[in-house]
Amino acid sequence: MDNLLAIRHGEAIGREQIPCVPLARFSAEMSSFIGDGGSIVQLFGHRQGSETRLLAIVRNDGLYALGTVVERNFPSLTAATSEKFHLFEREIAEQFGIIPLGHPWLKMVRYHANETGLPDAFGNDYRQETPGNYPYFQVDGSAIHEVAVGPVHAGIIEPGHFRFQCAGEEVLSLEIQLGYQHRGAEKLLTGVPLKRLPIICEAIAGDTAIGHNLCCCQAIEALAGLSVDRGARVVRTIALELERICNHVGDLGALSGDVAFNPPAAYFGRIRGEFLNLLLTLCGNRFGKSLVRPGGVSQVMTDEQRRIIADKLAEAEPEIRHVCDLLFTAHSVQARFEHTGTVSAEVAGRLGLVGYAGRASGIAYDARVQFPTECYAEVPACRNEMTNGDVYSRAQVRREEIMHSISVIRTMLSDGVDAAGPVLMQERTLAPNAMVVTINEGWRGEVSHCLLTGATGEIERYKIKDPSFHNWTGLAMALRNQEISDFPLCNKSFNLSYCGFDL
Amino acid sequence: MWKVIKNRIEQGCKTSKYPRVPINLYHRYRGRPVVNEDCPMAVVEACAACCPQEAIRAGERCIDLGRCTFCGQCETVADGAFVNFSQDFDMGAVSREDLITDGNLPDLAGHAKTHFKKLFGRSLQLRQVSAGGCNACEADTNVLNTPFFDLSRFGIDFVASPRHADGIHVTGPITKNMRAALLATYEAVPSPKVVIASGACSISGGPFWGSPEIVGDLNSIIPVDLYIPGCPPHPLTTLSALLAFFK
Repeated sequence: MDNLLAIRHGEAIGREQIPCVPLARFSAEMSSFIGDGGSIVQLFGHRQGSETRLLAIVRNDGLYALGTVVERNFPSLTAATSEKFHLFEREIAEQFGIIPLGHPWLKMVRYHANETGLPDAFGNDYRQETPGNYPYFQVDGSAIHEVAVGPVHAGIIEPGHFRFQCAGEEVLSLEIQLGYQHRGAEKLLTGVPLKRLPIICEAIAGDTAIGHNLCCCQAIEALAGLSVDRGARVVRTIALELERICNHVGDLGALSGDVAFNPPAAYFGRIRGEFLNLLLTLCGNRFGKSLVRPGGVSQVMTDEQRRIIADKLAEAEPEIRHVCDLLFTAHSVQARFEHTGTVSAEVAGRLGLVGYAGRASGIAYDARVQFPTECYAEVPACRNEMTNGDVYSRAQVRREEIMHSISVIRTMLSDGVDAAGPVLMQERTLAPNAMVVTINEGWRGEVSHCLLTGATGEIERYKIKDPSFHNWTGLAMALRNQEISDFPLCNKSFNLSYCGFDL
Repeated sequence: MWKVIKNRIEQGCKTSKYPRVPINLYHRYRGRPVVNEDCPMAVVEACAACCPQEAIRAGERCIDLGRCTFCGQCETVADGAFVNFSQDFDMGAVSREDLITDGNLPDLAGHAKTHFKKLFGRSLQLRQVSAGGCNACEADTNVLNTPFFDLSRFGIDFVASPRHADGIHVTGPITKNMRAALLATYEAVPSPKVVIASGACSISGGPFWGSPEIVGDLNSIIPVDLYIPGCPPHPLTTLSALLAFFK
């Protein structure tokens, strides 16, 4: 801990303050911090002059930063210490061609060429277009069969490839290969005028438009020294909770549909739309795109919008309560939800799951409590009672969070302060040679952005982390020894982001 | 069973009577823009300069709805002096050029190909392909299957296999990593087939324009028959475009 620098989320610091220790020291510090139960918020490579450096942002009860210089390779911490490093190290290998030596499963993350010009870590030829052209993990045996699904799926959903190794109906292993959605978001964000940043961040994952854009705007606010008035913070808090309700309600409906119980699927599908329309009431867009801008919000919430939201909550809350009761007390639903796709507390802890997937397995971490932004310091935390780690628990956590979010929004609505005025996106001068980390609890869990600026305040490195980056491995583990027919159910209980992962 | 019936009574029938009865969207919704032709050039240029999507062509006093994400910045910055977004969600178009507009769009129903109406007017099966979409377009397309919109009542369905489809509905800026899968899906649809580009991303790259990791324009790799602008298109924009184009 001696070398780690304690930092605060959403506050810019000079890059020269970030301790840069020798690689061996860095590895030792990381090993002991993560070994003692710490978690990784960000771990990524960046260029500093002619060097390539690694920057780690880690958390226990507080938030800490540590950096080091790397050459062509470094000893893998996945092998030595914890699985929590495994995707971060693969990402560093892919983006910079720097090899984590001894990594137990060094494979591509998103399938794109690295930016350093070093030989590709995986020996890929990127003139070939398909990420799936890769030798998947295979189980041998005369009774073993393999099922390949995707990238194009049999529904209106994003692309990704799933490879199952099965003995009869039983899944022995699920390998998930993503990358099909890779749009080069991080790279794009460093080269464009500031006015494009919120638009791009709202499209990192459209279902988390508020969550990601909040991280972006809070970072710009920290780097440009902007303050946000109380009224705008109230609107931002309401918007983030509306986004959470939309997704949780929609997913409970989809879970119901996946076990062929159609009434709740139809009702929740429609109720989800009512909440999307509340975001439209706030800002004109059903996903809250265009609402959050550096320095505040693009549209003021007046008594008219407050009344519409309050009336809709009064109407929808009993409906949600009743449909939840219908869903969770149906024996046929319980039979499918319980003991399906279980991720034990021990496995969840080792993988470092976040958000409702983590909370359903007993990991209480909620960024709204530990690293509060906007108005979260004033509202009570959500308590999750059921922590068995199965589909039922993940669904139950959603149910609890919907009710909690409704009460948070009501509290916020009773705060009658209007935002000072609509805020426009403007070109700003950002602090030079600075670093800022922002963290918000999006509906899936911890969303974090980290920005590094250069000598003239230009953004040199923009690092994004969606909670799905932590949780996809959890889905793969949930499928172990499950029936393959339970895959849609397990998948929907996590409902992870493809584009948020692929960036 | 009792709970099913009780909930059914509480929920009632929520299906919209659209298109028989028009729907008025909330006044903050930003649909088809209305452009003030007499606006001073300096104001037009200020609007163009603040547009994150570079969707405003100041010289022609036009907006490219294929690039626009309907963020509303140009309306706010000049207090509506040049651009005012109306609540008209009807914005489908048959050609890319039609989307570059002074606010007036050609009548979609009149410009639709009659053989498509004849072939697919009574039954249209679409295969959706997300090619880098952020899940907003996908989600608001999925919403058409909920009881409020109830897409099936028009004989339109989204199907699981391209072999069962009459066409594809594409969202996203077409990432390089999805290009091959998209083309394979298109090939697998039997002819004659329709191609629908939905959302700013599939039309122009959307927020990701300029990224080397995307194709950015669906029409550059397969011929597009119907464009549906928006970021994402409102479900009613998609529905009205499908009805005008095929019915």
